[in-house]
Amino acid sequence: MSTKKTAFSEFMSDARYIASTNKLTFGAALILLALVVLAVIGPAIAPYDPIATDAAKTLLKPSWAHPFGTDALGRDILSRVIYATRLDLGIAVGAVAVSFFIGLALGSIAGYAGGWTDTIIGRLMDTIMAFPLFVLAMGIVAALGNNVFNIMVATAIINLPFYTRFARAEVNVISKLTYVEAARMGGNGSVRILATHITPNILPKMVVQASLNLGWAILNAAGLSFIGLGVRPPTPEWGIMVSEGAPYIFSGEWWTFVFPGLALVIAVFCFNLVGDGLRDLIDPRART
Amino acid sequence: MNTLITILRRVLVAVPTIIGVVIVTFILQRALPGDPAVFYAGPSANPEVVARVREQLGLDQPVFMQFLDFIRRLTHGDLGLSISSGHPVLDDLLSRAPASIELTLAALLFAIVVGLPLGMLAALKPGTLVDHACRVIVTVGAAFPTFFVALILIFVFYYQLGIAPEPLGQLNEIYDTIPTTVTGFLLIDTLLAGDTATFQSVAMKLVLPMISLGLFALAPIARITRAAMLETLSSDYCRTARAMGLSYSRMVFSYALRNAMLPIISILGMVFSFLLGGSVLVEQVFAWPGIGAYAVSAVMASDYAAVQGFVLLMAVLYVLLNLVVDLVITAIDPRVRYEH
Amino acid sequence: MTKQLLSVQDLSIDFLTRRGRVQALEDVSFTVSEGEILGIVGESGSGKSVLSYSIMGLSDKAANIRSGSIDFRGVPLKPEKMADLRGREISMVFQSPRTALNPIRKVGHQIEDVLRRHTPLRGKVLKSAAIEALARVRIPDPERRYEAYPFEMSGGMCQRVMIAMALACKPALLICDEPTTGLDVTTQAVIMDLVRDLVAETKMAAILITHDLALAGEYCDRIAVMHAGHIVEVAQSRSFPNELKHPYTERLFAALPSAAANLSELAIIPGSLPDLRGALPPCRYIARCERAKEDCSLGPLPWTKIDSDHLVRCRYPK
Repeated sequence: MSTKKTAFSEFMSDARYIASTNKLTFGAALILLALVVLAVIGPAIAPYDPIATDAAKTLLKPSWAHPFGTDALGRDILSRVIYATRLDLGIAVGAVAVSFFIGLALGSIAGYAGGWTDTIIGRLMDTIMAFPLFVLAMGIVAALGNNVFNIMVATAIINLPFYTRFARAEVNVISKLTYVEAARMGGNGSVRILATHITPNILPKMVVQASLNLGWAILNAAGLSFIGLGVRPPTPEWGIMVSEGAPYIFSGEWWTFVFPGLALVIAVFCFNLVGDGLRDLIDPRART
Repeated sequence: MNTLITILRRVLVAVPTIIGVVIVTFILQRALPGDPAVFYAGPSANPEVVARVREQLGLDQPVFMQFLDFIRRLTHGDLGLSISSGHPVLDDLLSRAPASIELTLAALLFAIVVGLPLGMLAALKPGTLVDHACRVIVTVGAAFPTFFVALILIFVFYYQLGIAPEPLGQLNEIYDTIPTTVTGFLLIDTLLAGDTATFQSVAMKLVLPMISLGLFALAPIARITRAAMLETLSSDYCRTARAMGLSYSRMVFSYALRNAMLPIISILGMVFSFLLGGSVLVEQVFAWPGIGAYAVSAVMASDYAAVQGFVLLMAVLYVLLNLVVDLVITAIDPRVRYEH
Repeated sequence: MTKQLLSVQDLSIDFLTRRGRVQALEDVSFTVSEGEILGIVGESGSGKSVLSYSIMGLSDKAANIRSGSIDFRGVPLKPEKMADLRGREISMVFQSPRTALNPIRKVGHQIEDVLRRHTPLRGKVLKSAAIEALARVRIPDPERRYEAYPFEMSGGMCQRVMIAMALACKPALLICDEPTTGLDVTTQAVIMDLVRDLVAETKMAAILITHDLALAGEYCDRIAVMHAGHIVEVAQSRSFPNELKHPYTERLFAALPSAAANLSELAIIPGSLPDLRGALPPCRYIARCERAKEDCSLGPLPWTKIDSDHLVRCRYPK
């Protein structure tokens, strides 16, 4: 009886400890959830049309009517920030999803097959990594064509090596374990072994990688559109909004770039915190 | 002798990487949307002109021959002509590279000078104010886009407080005398010319871009320093150092920090990737006359030769920087030196 | 009569952890004299490492000395003075010698670090002192080994370097914490022979911390057996194994595998170490003891004197 009580109180003290240290992560997860909701229903709740210009209302300070102020063309910045959520999160999630699945496939094949396949895939990834990644993304967008879809493609390509290498390393370890050996002896084909015995075991860690990676993907895509790649005016997107607001810094109209910039910071910050939290939960030893 | 062989091996490892970079750059050039010959011939060209341009550019040849030609021209330093400036791309890039390198190195210096002690103090005094400050800076720093930090700094220090110089370029072309170009690095050239006033002006103009770019590199450096120091400080050899009565400073520097330097230097490869990419954004904000800003206007003007030249130069620079990182690790870690 | 060097009196140490107060040591007392090797034997978690770290002044921040004293040459050891004594008067050798040495520093330089800290030697003299320290632990070709890195040497050789480093300043007391764990049997014997010879040559005292009763029996003059933060029995090693009085010590000896025994005959000690958090009975062996009587859980636990240097902490010694 007494041991049971101790075990229970130990569990409670652990739970309290985790809850108290992870308050921030919990808050970040809530904000993230709110952003996702905003991305879905944003257009329905935005107070104004994000691309409707109004020559009578240019560069208005934040007020009750326009909480984030208006830009040089008289557009409501709050509405534009809300509308942009869908595009910014969409590009990042899309890019990460593409690199996640292709990386998982390539890495699994390389790690399981070994030999020449491994060498070729490894070399390919090394070559991508040999470029400063943002610069490579610039080059890819310039080559493939300057549009939003190619921003996503470029972001996916520069993220690919991380997933491929991670999956390769994990598969390499797992495919040498006894139970996989046993499955092989049992006459299971390679595809079946990969699909049923190996991949399910590396998925949780891969998801952690993806969540850690999302913030970076957002920064990258926003950086590309900040220098004028991909997103075209008047489409609302946080990076291009910061760049459109930048000239007004010299006349003190700070709200033109501060609010879209803060939206970016909050999104990236929350993704990073939630990613860290997930990692601590699933793969605590990988913590630095 | 052994060491020399190790160094040679490291250098040789960089060769296939360079080859890969050249191939990718070639593919990027070939992946241009539409027919490059039509593009280069201009909008008013008739089919004959287009055909002549195609022949001139070697586009009528098989892809493999085009690749050989690409290599042949590269070995002569020929990156093609920039259609917006009319100069050879290589000349354009080389004349602008010093400004970019100056900015990037200053930012790296800033990130190390601030990040390393910050991470060390956080590891030496876990749970204290420094540790919390480090954690906040690391998490928040990683979330701030470089260009946004740059704009905020300009707004606060130039517009609001008025203590920073005008955030346009490397020097004030009205008041400052442009020094004769010796190295291309303005900080060095002004000193060589003995022009301390211009040196000061150039240095002042460097501060905000340096901090904007450096803050982005600071987060990974502080983070890895803290983690590596925590690990080495709790290592068996640091316990030995304490058991032998070695002074605190010797234990921290000769034992903990020296070992922690290995992961810290390894992470610098990633930091360089951040810095070279981020410099494009910072140059854009500060109208910095470097290769990043050049590349951005080239992209906008569909000046493909210039863009490819920029990508290739950055990649080669990055490969070389990684080589330096490798060599420094070889110098510090005897285990790598004797690896076969 | 040899001179007493170290005297630990009624030492009690607690660890303050998130899950409560851990009473790691309670009323631990023993002495070590010049030229003597004292063995401290116990299973893992018995507190032997906590004890050696407290003597060195290397305890974790969470460690709290509740009572007792540690006297060295008749003077209490003060934490602020320890940095000067460590490596010069009291030295320590650890287990896993490979990780205990700085992996990226030449072993000669690591020995020089110690010499430079505690002696005025510099330059060439310093180097020859380091080489001499290596020679003293019978490392062949010490000039060449001076230039070596730990990863270039075997585990046994690394442990000799550790000992060379610990003895570089000719300390009066050497604490060896499981010095041969992880080394193969031949190397174990070589290292322990070396320690014994060095003690005999220099009148130095040594404390051998080990879980290996046979090893302690072979190399130590006296042995103290620890169980759950208590010293339960102290005796001359020649008293072992025939005159053992404490039920735990008896069991511990019975559990030693001998060449003749096969696996099924291996004795085990029933139960495990008690949880050191919260209230504890006066005798911490009570739950595992077959001799336990009702009064064992009452009042303070007495020391029973068998003869002048054989003490047992049990009401009912054999």
